[in-house]
Amino acid sequence: MTAAPTPTPSGAPGATEENATTQAGGTAGSGGAGKTAGSDERLVHRPLLQRLLGRPELGAVVGAVAVFVVFSVVAESFLRASSLSTVLYASSTLGIMAVPVALLMIGGEFDLSTGVMVTTSSLVSSMFSYQMTANVWVGVGVSLLVTLGIGLFNGYMLVRTKLPSFIITLGTFLMLTGLNLGLTKLISGTVSTKTISDMEGFASAKALFASELSIGPVGIQVTVVWWLGLVVLATWLLLRTKAGNWIFAVGGGQHTARAVGVPVARTKIGLYLGVALGAWISGQHLLFNYDVVQSGEGVGNELIYIAAAVIGGCLLTGGYGSAVGAAVGAFIFGMTSKGIVYAQWEPDWFKFFLGAMLLVAVLLNAYIRKRAEANR
Amino acid sequence: MTGDKDGNVADTPPKDEAAAGAPAVQDPAPPVQDPAPAVQDTVPLVELTDVSKFYGNIRALEEVSLQVHAGEITCVLGDNGAGKSTLIKIVAGLHQHDTGTFRINGEEARLASPREALDRGIATVYQDLAVVPLMPVWRNFFLGSEPTKGRGPFARLDVESMRRTTHSELLRMGIDLRDVDQPIGTLSGGERQCVAIARAVYFGAKVLVLDEPTAALGVKQSGVVLKYVAAARDAGLGVVLITHNPHHAYLVGDRFVLLKRGTMAGSHRKDGLELDELTRQMSGGSELEQLSHELERAPVPQHLQ
Repeated sequence: MTAAPTPTPSGAPGATEENATTQAGGTAGSGGAGKTAGSDERLVHRPLLQRLLGRPELGAVVGAVAVFVVFSVVAESFLRASSLSTVLYASSTLGIMAVPVALLMIGGEFDLSTGVMVTTSSLVSSMFSYQMTANVWVGVGVSLLVTLGIGLFNGYMLVRTKLPSFIITLGTFLMLTGLNLGLTKLISGTVSTKTISDMEGFASAKALFASELSIGPVGIQVTVVWWLGLVVLATWLLLRTKAGNWIFAVGGGQHTARAVGVPVARTKIGLYLGVALGAWISGQHLLFNYDVVQSGEGVGNELIYIAAAVIGGCLLTGGYGSAVGAAVGAFIFGMTSKGIVYAQWEPDWFKFFLGAMLLVAVLLNAYIRKRAEANR
Repeated sequence: MTGDKDGNVADTPPKDEAAAGAPAVQDPAPPVQDPAPAVQDTVPLVELTDVSKFYGNIRALEEVSLQVHAGEITCVLGDNGAGKSTLIKIVAGLHQHDTGTFRINGEEARLASPREALDRGIATVYQDLAVVPLMPVWRNFFLGSEPTKGRGPFARLDVESMRRTTHSELLRMGIDLRDVDQPIGTLSGGERQCVAIARAVYFGAKVLVLDEPTAALGVKQSGVVLKYVAAARDAGLGVVLITHNPHHAYLVGDRFVLLKRGTMAGSHRKDGLELDELTRQMSGGSELEQLSHELERAPVPQHLQ
């Protein structure tokens, strides 16, 4: 079905007359006659439905529409502009992390330290500025270096030891959890940081990480912009750059990738650095939004990020998924967490719904992928 | 790179043609005729002399010699555990040899990585990991050597030309894909091998190392793959064909190296070698005879009587 081996009398992949025509037609591109142009036409006519079915984020989009419809019906206030703005904000704080986590998972690895890494990032920023009585931007910069350092540690440990990333980042997760509490207590004397809102540079940093932009009558949190920006950047990276090709390859077949010359170690370390960058943005938002940081925060969020990526169509085994899917996954989380409040349901049920949704989404994704591949 | 060019004028690197869009050699016939008389005087593309490899105190390979010439197929035969994989891993740059010499175009070499091997014109196609199954055919075709347009942070994949080239290159090999966007895992085993071979040829490999390309294939599929192996040879490439099937090897091979428990059990040229002899040596000769006797005499177990 997929191929019909036609007899090639000369058989040589070297130079023949016929090949010359095929290639000339190919390079000319603009509607030249010959086999190449004909097949290109067939590509254009590939059914839209089938192309959609082949997308990893399809299941998530269907799920998001379903959740949206449900809450629109059961909660009157859900469709108000201010409510939607709140939903988007909740989605964005998750989505900023879910997108780089999805990239990492497409690359075939896990990171369990992401939740506490966000807290670490904001703690470093806050405490460095406060203790050094420096401009908060200095703290923000130091925090970026420290957070990237943690990502580098995860990635480097992974490629050097070749242990499963689950174990390595579980170690980082536990260590960071302890460090967050221990160091904060040691330096600040309490489990939370001191307020830095009266310090130099706070206003401008808040504008970048935690301000509200008004679009007409509606206020949109700046994190939504960060989130969408990251989705666009990640999608472009994945689908249109060499690095993106390498990410799919190291996740889908690490040894093959290495054998054809893909820098596997560099790609994986790069993915961990990407996650660290997300944690830094997220952490700075946390700090400049609330002014003080609780050092015990963040535990458990890493699984939410992973769940969002999986709902968005990322395979746990790597090599498949999309950034848009992860963003939609985060949007489902945002809608559910706020929708339950607007519907005046008992919020205790939130996690139950999420768990059920995760399972349904994964089953749906698996089913769709099977159908899509069978249809070819 | 430098040594063999004069001897094999016909061996225009396929990469150049592809880039220029106009093949330098118009006549399909010459590549086949030319190399045979010429190779004897030229430096081998790859030459291993008395190469040994140890994993700790385990001898994986001992004093194995091998020559690969342009336009010839060198077959490496051996049973499981004979050292075939170790041998190709050295040639492919995954491992380094411990003793002996490894020459590429007459220059002594020591490859640190598969990337370095590729850069020196040695492409390896592995039996089970030739492609990344979930990725589209065109992404697989260019994996590791993606063409880009634009510069700096705006460098992006030249998707259109990647798709087009993949399609036309595969068509040249007789694979007419309806859709280069389908995951390569949906192709048959033989087709996947062919894609991997086509890729190596397209990127201007001078030496093609094939690890058991027909091992998991049926008779017909094996035939298709062997045809492309022969096609690559006719295009002027030096081919190393690793196999444990003497019939396949005899069909296409010019030189035969037999490995047995890490040592070289024989090295032959095609002239003066019969298939029966190759099969006998390959399968352990007397060992096989003994086995056949044992099987004949095997008493029927009690419970089956």
